[in-house]
Amino acid sequence: MVPPRMFVLIVGAGRVGAAVAQSMLAQGHEVSVLDEDPLSHERLDAGLSTSWEEAGGRFTVGQGIEVEALREAGVSDADVFIASTDGDNTNLVIAQVAQKKFGVGTVIARVMDPARATWFAEQGVRTICPTLEAISMFETALGEVA
Amino acid sequence: MYVVIAGGGKVGWNLARELIEKGHEVTLIEQTRTRYLTIEEELEHAVQYGDSTEMWVLERAGIQRAELVVAVTGDDEDNILICQMAREKYDVQRTIARVNNPRNRELFELLGVSPVVSATDLILRLIEHEVPSFGLVHLLDLHAERLEIVEVEVTAGAPAADSRVADVAMPDGSLIISVLRQGTGFVPKPDTVIEVGDEVLVVLDPGLEAGITSLFATPA
Repeated sequence: MVPPRMFVLIVGAGRVGAAVAQSMLAQGHEVSVLDEDPLSHERLDAGLSTSWEEAGGRFTVGQGIEVEALREAGVSDADVFIASTDGDNTNLVIAQVAQKKFGVGTVIARVMDPARATWFAEQGVRTICPTLEAISMFETALGEVA
Repeated sequence: MYVVIAGGGKVGWNLARELIEKGHEVTLIEQTRTRYLTIEEELEHAVQYGDSTEMWVLERAGIQRAELVVAVTGDDEDNILICQMAREKYDVQRTIARVNNPRNRELFELLGVSPVVSATDLILRLIEHEVPSFGLVHLLDLHAERLEIVEVEVTAGAPAADSRVADVAMPDGSLIISVLRQGTGFVPKPDTVIEVGDEVLVVLDPGLEAGITSLFATPA
């Protein structure tokens, strides 16, 4: 069964954001990426046989905290919003903006700090905390050694 | 009063100093090591080192018992989150946040962070105040209380010009509270005559601005 085509907006094209963008595009979804650094575009091109745009992707230069930049990147039409900049606080604020102002259905924020990730998840912001994942993987690995 | 201030820049440091001088208990949180050490020479135990968006840092500063949290870092995202956590997680009754970029003001409102202070907006108000001539200047807006104080310069030919205060047909819900004439302010009496060039301060319910402007700043 082919999953329905979604419009995914990803803010922050670092290693995580760019990789998720590429895989979502490869799965046939519409993908728009917003990053303040024009050079981050290179990460989107990397490994593709064509450019990111030729492959069907969108790229906008701007700051996620700027509502106008979010609009330009297509937040009003987004089905999925991923906040993956390198700032926990930026991700938490823009995720709430996507939820509350633009009513995006699925909003996920990357938050490195486990305390903030946990508390904001309780407040209704879906968070992914790589630090917690790493801690649990270390614990599992150490459990196997012991 | 116990006050936690996030951000030891010029605003935060001076605020801490002033509040301590007034007898309040203050903890200032600064996240840059060198800046912290500089402030610590003066404020000693009243400043703590750390990232004030981290919960353990806020808790170490005693945010649970704070009566007021002031977020004045240089990052709007940080100021928003600090106030959100202060109110919703730690039940702090009062927060004040600084808006660094006026374009972010709506984000503070959207996420329930108020009141906010923006240096740009304050200076803009001062410019409106200092540069004479156009109608109505907002001096104070109390959104929650639904009350405003405005200033309006009386123009020649306006209905209120050369009238006694008692004779000016003020809309219900508005009141003249002060008159500034040649640099001096005074509280008018009913028989005070309003002169052209006076700056009149009016307290009013929101929405009455147009009526006030037409009384004081529009030629008949």
